[in-house]
Amino acid sequence: MREKSVQEVQTKNPSKDDVELPRLGFVGMLRWAWRQLTSMRTALFLLLLLAVAAVPGSLFPQRPSNPSNVTQYLTDHPTSGPILDWFRLFDVYSSPWFAAIYLLLFTSLVGCVLPRAKIHFKAMRSAPPRTPKRLSRLAEYGTVEIPAGSGVDADQAIKDAAAVLKSRRYRVDVRDLGTGRPSVGAEIGFLKEVGNLVFHVSVLGVLAAVAYSGLAGYSGQRVVVEGETFVNTLVGYDTFTPGAYFNSDRLSPYSVELDKLAVKYDRESPGHYGQPIDFTASLTTKDGPDAAAKQQVLKVNDPVAMGGTNIYLVGNGYAPVVTVKDGTGKVAFQGPVVTIPTDGAYTSLMVIKVPDAKPRQLGFVGFFLPTALMDTSTGVAYGSDPDPFNPQLNLNAYTGDLGLDNGIPRNVYTLDTSKLKQINGRDMKSGGIVLAPGKSYTLPDGNGSISFDGIKRFAALDIRHDPGQVYVLVFAVLALGGLMASLFLNRRRVWIRTGNHPDGRTMVEFGLLARGEDHRLAGESAAINKALHAKWVVPADSPVEDGNRTPPNQTDTGTGVTVSSKDQ
Amino acid sequence: MPGINEGLALLSEQFMLMAGLAYAVAFCAFTWDLVTYSKTVRRGLAVETAGVTATAGVASADADQLVRVGAAGFMGQDLGAGPQGRGVRPSSKTHDGSDGITAGDSMRYGKAKRRAARIAVAITVVAAVVHGLAVLFRGLAAGRVPWGNMYEFCTTGGFTVALIFLLVLTRRDLRFLGTFVIGLVLVMITAASVAFWTPAGHLVPALQSYWLVIHVSIAVMSSSLFTLTFAMSVLQLLQSRRESSIASGKPDKALVMRLVPNALSLENMSYRINGIAFVGWTLTLMFGSIWAEKAWGRFWGWDTKEVWTFVIWVVYAGYLHARATRGWTGTRAAWLSIVGYLCVVFNFTIVNVYFSGLHSYAGVGS
Ligand code: HEM
Repeated sequence: MREKSVQEVQTKNPSKDDVELPRLGFVGMLRWAWRQLTSMRTALFLLLLLAVAAVPGSLFPQRPSNPSNVTQYLTDHPTSGPILDWFRLFDVYSSPWFAAIYLLLFTSLVGCVLPRAKIHFKAMRSAPPRTPKRLSRLAEYGTVEIPAGSGVDADQAIKDAAAVLKSRRYRVDVRDLGTGRPSVGAEIGFLKEVGNLVFHVSVLGVLAAVAYSGLAGYSGQRVVVEGETFVNTLVGYDTFTPGAYFNSDRLSPYSVELDKLAVKYDRESPGHYGQPIDFTASLTTKDGPDAAAKQQVLKVNDPVAMGGTNIYLVGNGYAPVVTVKDGTGKVAFQGPVVTIPTDGAYTSLMVIKVPDAKPRQLGFVGFFLPTALMDTSTGVAYGSDPDPFNPQLNLNAYTGDLGLDNGIPRNVYTLDTSKLKQINGRDMKSGGIVLAPGKSYTLPDGNGSISFDGIKRFAALDIRHDPGQVYVLVFAVLALGGLMASLFLNRRRVWIRTGNHPDGRTMVEFGLLARGEDHRLAGESAAINKALHAKWVVPADSPVEDGNRTPPNQTDTGTGVTVSSKDQ
Repeated sequence: MPGINEGLALLSEQFMLMAGLAYAVAFCAFTWDLVTYSKTVRRGLAVETAGVTATAGVASADADQLVRVGAAGFMGQDLGAGPQGRGVRPSSKTHDGSDGITAGDSMRYGKAKRRAARIAVAITVVAAVVHGLAVLFRGLAAGRVPWGNMYEFCTTGGFTVALIFLLVLTRRDLRFLGTFVIGLVLVMITAASVAFWTPAGHLVPALQSYWLVIHVSIAVMSSSLFTLTFAMSVLQLLQSRRESSIASGKPDKALVMRLVPNALSLENMSYRINGIAFVGWTLTLMFGSIWAEKAWGRFWGWDTKEVWTFVIWVVYAGYLHARATRGWTGTRAAWLSIVGYLCVVFNFTIVNVYFSGLHSYAGVGS
């Protein structure tokens, strides 16, 4: 295959091409550029370039997976940050330069694969090449002598030999019958090249399927507290990322209620004490508003499939239930507050915003500790265990305008305290708010009160619809099959020639040649030798009666190698 | 979920220590083998120049044997057409080692007895058995597969390297790789016990999946194969320098390298193994994506670990291409194989320890 590959031949003389360049004209230039692009050397260069280009994506934070880290990086590096950003180093995998590399690579691939496919298709349909004059010059060579009087003449022997090769799944072509020196040419292993082509085309298929999956799918996140229900509509999501082809009619209106989230921690091995070992969410699901309710279990590594989507359990934490009464004594806020766990002990960041509080809006920032312990030296509480053995709220309170009314979207998990007046804090006279479940605290200056009513857990769900990924899998499996065929199959040619010796014996010689890498050629040669001996019931190493037999030429193997390497 | 068996965990650690000591001894024996071998060769060469080859009792038998075949080697040797030029693809035997400059390309066992090497292999077998038991006990202690954190990747990975090496040894004489391979296993066990040690425990929920069994075991096996080819590629570079220096008439300085096949056959052998390992790595990548889809809801997200797995895959794809590209076989291909392996090591150590990402479960740091 290689010596026939157009690119290979054409890049053989780059200097010649260079010299001719000025006279090529525009079309000639294009043709020259195309040949360069589709050469093996360019493919190799682009592959290595792709590997190098992928690396920065692991060194710098990436927007798609970690937008907040990118923002942080930009604030931390005010000069280098924007420069890196200009080079799209925070969006490496969607950057024009990354795309340029892989698009060039795939163009090169198409330009490489199509001509090869054509050549191979022709080769598969044409007869094995003519029998070389001197089989002894091939990489592997052997002889068989059929004794006189066995009734097998040269023509019969070649038919037998062809049958032997055929039973070894070779494609055979018998020639020169009746000339006294008949021969058979045989070839095997076309699947090797087919595998190579399938592999390359499938890699292209994987890329196409990945692109399709990005366009056609959608994904969203939703945090659900125990007892809450998620309904699969656009407003049901906290965040939603549609692909370009998304259309909101496609959302099937199923609903999922989180009944309970059970969490188990390791209480057994001292080295891993308190490490989570199981998260199990019990769900009540309905396929539509009127469908019957079903009980389902959602676990990490075990998504629930509903309405064309998969629901994944990707996070969890505590949602303490609080009630805030304002200065007028009215309940201004009541319910669970989702907190953000910051460490293995679930020390959870908590923000409460109470815009409805009168006369002034109220805001709280602090921590929820599932198991609070007091650091006696500093007097600060810290979380020591993820299970709620000694739950505690530690909060600071603020009053003023929370800035929620002017229409700018605000992150619910952060509170901008710069324009607010702090009324509680550990460093203040009033002290910080420290609450155990069932307790309540009266805010200073008649600002109302806050009570800690109980604890719930929440589950962070990812909801995905990805119609493309099955195609990715199909192409990946095809690529794998092609790769294995290409790497592990061998393409070989065998020629056998026979002749009638004047003394009545029939002389058989055979030679093997590999196309490309083939470390098992010697084994195949031995196997053919054995099969031929068996066919004519000649003992494998029969003592030669007349003693005239010339010993096999010692240099044959050496020259054979030269022949086979030239062939490439 | 079965409980943690602390007794077995302790036993596992004791066995690991014993295995480490045994490997250290095997390492010394392999080194000793190399030293005695080059001494024998030197003695043989000296005998030969003195012209008393025939005198019985002067030269040891194997030195004599080496010299007989070695004499012609300096000039008309057949060191293959590579590695600078186009690699000869092995269609049959290219070099039988009869020049005495390099070993035969079949890498089959010769007649010469190397006692030190035999002892080294025997000790390695013992060490590997003890090591295997240590890994087994660790798994039994935790009630799961023993590859859930860096300590376990390292110890189990070291065991597969040793095991694959021993398995290959039953078919081919790769004992010249012994110092390197066993040295590496030793480094892995030591790093595991010193830097990555973690008590036996349950897995975090993200790792509780049968994909851990499939994905990680294939990754570990492919990495072990890449380890072997890395060693071969390094030797290939050394051997090819030596070959060209000898070809230009300079004296043979590294006599030990006579144990090692010629650069071309090293290249061909590592190409074969790299082919298998590349298929393994492709599977690692595919199974990893399937698992990622199950665990995180997307099959590919350019997480740091994913990036590096991809980079490794592309580098080795480049290596396979290089073998079919004019001017890129031989030395350049060997460099690609080395770079690929450095990426594997980087992915395993630096990325696991210092980079944050979804894969940061390795049990170090936090
Ligand atoms: C995404 C890009 C590519 C990847 C991942 C890739 C990967 C591979 C791999 C792994 C092999 C070795 C296994 C086999 O023989 O099938 C291979 C072989 C081959 N590739 Fe590619 N390739 C890519 C692009 C290309 C391009 C652009 C060309 C042509 C210019 C090309 C031409 C070849 C040829 C001719 C072989 C056969 C080499 C041999 O016979 O040993 N490939 N490729």
